[in-house]
Amino acid sequence: MITKSMNSYLAPLVQQIQPSGIRKFFDLAAGSKDIISLGVGEPDFKTPWHVREACVYSLERGFTGYTSNAGMPELREGIAEYLQTRFAVEYNPANQIIATVGGSEAIDLALRALISPGDEILIPEPCYISYSPITAIGGGIPVGIETFGENNFKLTASDLEAKITPRSKILILCYPSNPTGAIMSREDWEPIAKVVEKHDLIVISDEIYAELTYGSNHVSFASLPGMLDRTILVSGFSKAFAMTGWRMGYACGHPDLISAMLKIHQYTVMCAPSMGQVAALEALTNGMEEKDRMADSYNQRRRLIVKGLRDAGLDCHEPQGAFYAFPSIQRTGLTSDQFAQRLLLEYKVAAVPGSVFGLGGEGYLRCSYATSVSQLNEAVERIGAFVSQLARERTE
Amino acid sequence: MKEMNELKRKVLELLKEDARSSTALMATLLGAEEENVKTVIAQMEQDHVIVKYATVVNWDKVDDERVTALIEVQITPERGRGFEGIAERIYLYPQVKSVYLMSGAYDLLVEVEGRNLREVANFVSEKLSPIDAVLSTKTNFTLKKYKQDGIIFEEHEEDNRLMISP
Repeated sequence: MITKSMNSYLAPLVQQIQPSGIRKFFDLAAGSKDIISLGVGEPDFKTPWHVREACVYSLERGFTGYTSNAGMPELREGIAEYLQTRFAVEYNPANQIIATVGGSEAIDLALRALISPGDEILIPEPCYISYSPITAIGGGIPVGIETFGENNFKLTASDLEAKITPRSKILILCYPSNPTGAIMSREDWEPIAKVVEKHDLIVISDEIYAELTYGSNHVSFASLPGMLDRTILVSGFSKAFAMTGWRMGYACGHPDLISAMLKIHQYTVMCAPSMGQVAALEALTNGMEEKDRMADSYNQRRRLIVKGLRDAGLDCHEPQGAFYAFPSIQRTGLTSDQFAQRLLLEYKVAAVPGSVFGLGGEGYLRCSYATSVSQLNEAVERIGAFVSQLARERTE
Repeated sequence: MKEMNELKRKVLELLKEDARSSTALMATLLGAEEENVKTVIAQMEQDHVIVKYATVVNWDKVDDERVTALIEVQITPERGRGFEGIAERIYLYPQVKSVYLMSGAYDLLVEVEGRNLREVANFVSEKLSPIDAVLSTKTNFTLKKYKQDGIIFEEHEEDNRLMISP
């Protein structure tokens, strides 16, 4: 019989990890009815039917076994061609690409392949909630770099350089950004690339939202001069092709890095699910029209929510990518946590407080616009009513 | 001109999705001036690009008996007018909902609606078949409509995403 507390068996690194701040809101929202959710980080479209159908058909034909560790050769070739065509980055499908279980696994593999205990990992924030915890679990030290609303949450070379120490090893980038919707142009990237080179950093570039940009095309960090070999490009099918549940992602990079990541991948998950790989290949091969249609729809709703939030009395910078608006709630006098909690409980609108996304997130709210036009209209009306109520409370 | 055509196309797509969309909402969604949206709609109404704002009804859910048939009709075209005159004679009947000139084994596809089978059968035998140019008819009764004009009638895919997710 075990006499000690079960917690005492846990690895200290894992014990130190705090549960996600999103969790609390998940619990608050669960079970409530009539809630409009702007809290969802995934497309509201179903995976296009031809993708689902291709998968079902492959299952009927008995395609249910392992694939090669790095993924089906046809899929890797498809990914290579896609990246070359769309973002002008060239990878050899034979030894520079791994199909992974979502972009999340690809990031985990990259970090585990690179981190030595005590290495510092630079992370522009606000950012996707997983980067810091998985860095810490991997034995690295996450170092946040604050980005600012007045600069549209772009990373600047000076802010990056200010955080670099002799122990800095990796820079994790995520543009277009979850949660801010920020994107980086080639001109924005160039000074960053110089700092990366000067300090000999490796870059993990999470480009999962690359297909969702509005007004200008995504510029892959790996496409900058000299950056291909020091960048691990991570992406996947979840956001562009509405395939979140399939867990299909990939990582591309220098053959030595990919080979190291492949070792971990083959001993942990063996290979990405074969049915997911079939679906991913179908999405790449025949899914561009549907992808464009979905991106067009997000763009329309982006305009609607930004206008709606501004009309509601909130400052909102114009997001240029992903499907999130990130309005400031600072003028209401509430913390982002208080604002989100009261908005949920009193006005039945679920959104995520900016504070959970790290430095620079406090004072903001992440509002996903991957939901219907009617829901968005209703949500911004409710937010407007809430903001007016807060104004009245302040004057009373 | 090209921008105007693009705006027209996008407005039509939005109206196909929801004919009741306000011009203000469409202007916001498309990032256009509301005046421009109003102008292109007026133009398209005038040009009969937008023919009518109609409602797609699932009559199966209404307590009102209706029967629809798709009738394949073979006809002899008229000298000088081809199929036009016959088509007109057919489509002017109020019970005829649509008429298409087809390639293939028959010439016209005629959609007829009636309150019951007898009413449709009477239309075919008393109105359609006796037309001199009509050579033959083949009546197919619809048993159930699953999709019409791109709209799935029984669509009940719920949003089963988590309320909050990363």
